[in-house]
Amino acid sequence: MTETLAQWLNVIGILVCVLTIAAMLTWAERRLLALWQERYGPNRVGPFGLLQPLADVIKLMNKEDWIPPMADRPVFVIAPAMAMVTAMAAFVVVPITPRIGIVDRLDIGLLFFLAMTALTVYGVAVGGWASNSKYSLLGGVRSAAQMISYEVFMGLALMGVVILAGSFDLRQIVIAQQGLWYAVLQPVGMILFFVAGVAGIHRLPFDLPEAENELVAGFHTEYSSMKFGMFFVGEYVGMVLLASMVTVLYLGGWDGPLLPPILWFLLKMGSILVLLVLLRAALPRPRYDQLMAMGWKIMLPLSLLNLMATGGALLAIKGPLTS
Amino acid sequence: MWSTLRSLWLVFRFGFRRRVTVQYPEEQPYLPPRYRGRIILSRDPDGEERCVSCYLCAAACPVDCIALQKTEDGSGRWYPESFRINFSRCIFCGMCEEACPTYAIQLIPDFEMCEYDRQELVYEKEDLLISGTGKYPGYSFWRVAGKAIAHKDKGEAENESPPVDVRSLLP
Repeated sequence: MTETLAQWLNVIGILVCVLTIAAMLTWAERRLLALWQERYGPNRVGPFGLLQPLADVIKLMNKEDWIPPMADRPVFVIAPAMAMVTAMAAFVVVPITPRIGIVDRLDIGLLFFLAMTALTVYGVAVGGWASNSKYSLLGGVRSAAQMISYEVFMGLALMGVVILAGSFDLRQIVIAQQGLWYAVLQPVGMILFFVAGVAGIHRLPFDLPEAENELVAGFHTEYSSMKFGMFFVGEYVGMVLLASMVTVLYLGGWDGPLLPPILWFLLKMGSILVLLVLLRAALPRPRYDQLMAMGWKIMLPLSLLNLMATGGALLAIKGPLTS
Repeated sequence: MWSTLRSLWLVFRFGFRRRVTVQYPEEQPYLPPRYRGRIILSRDPDGEERCVSCYLCAAACPVDCIALQKTEDGSGRWYPESFRINFSRCIFCGMCEEACPTYAIQLIPDFEMCEYDRQELVYEKEDLLISGTGKYPGYSFWRVAGKAIAHKDKGEAENESPPVDVRSLLP
């Protein structure tokens, strides 16, 4: 009985925490962007502007929920839900501390994560198609192409980690990093995975699908009110997911000397989130063909080289497997 | 790649600079003394109104937001019986202040005049008149003007020579 109760607590707790962190991330992003632009962010609504996400949610809910006349209705309504649900579903396999985490042991954990991030392409592409508008369609098609091409080398870059840890299970990967983090052993792999992740959640500098000054608003031009809110939350949940995956796979997860494991996890995840906001503040947006060229011509060969180097080094050190 | 990392570092350094935001209304921005803000009607150093209702400000106004009506008091002194400025039209250009011969109408560095109702933005003379001299403390028009009013005949103003009897100029 207490076993199921603990399990339910885990699930609901992690869900609530992820959504809260994603909402507070909107506040944190605006304050950090303002800090790096020599101004204050929202600081009027609550103490330090902390109630700003609440004000945004109330505003979004009061907007008129409009569906374009020629749109494909059921698909139009489901697309934002797809984007948000697949991003949240990937949290099932993320091990937060030795005791907190929805799944205790899933032998294909990393593959499950890759599958869920691949499914987020559906939400975007389908949303762009169902809107029945030129801008949305172009945005959706571009976004789908970008996400697919960057996911190719995301998987390959992760193979380096799998080779070192010997397992796809995320908990095993964290435990295998107890002595030395994989950020030290796989720096190229970490950078490749991070870049691929940023492109996968279509965030600056890869946010052509939704850039405000490019395609009106890209694939979510025709969305308003809570549907737009769900796309929005889905994007921030994707940021939290990317940050937690980078800490789990490359930064040692909950590992750390003095503080409790949950605090280490949150610290590492928080610094990756700050890095993501800094990327948005500092970098210009590449053109679409430059983006695709970089993905296929530079990142993919690099990930293959990384894989070969990791495999070769491990073979040289440990000798061939004899079993 | 190097330029990307350099951009990240440069923007990161901006986080350590002082922020340029002025936290209004707790902090007020600096307004220089000649800032063209709210319009006022000022008074003499003696406490009388400066405005002689010459209609020059209404003529100079590019959006016709000033409306006034002249009247005289018993001693020959002109003054406005009504003076109305419609601040929903006023563009705060300062043309009326430049046109005024008596330094009566002035623009002061005050901009906090928000209202909820457009009718509240029409200011009458009692809303515009102030009890002081505004930006020009020493000037009194009626002391240097040539018009005859009570206590001052023609020729008795400051820096004015007495009127000449033209018949005494004949050879």
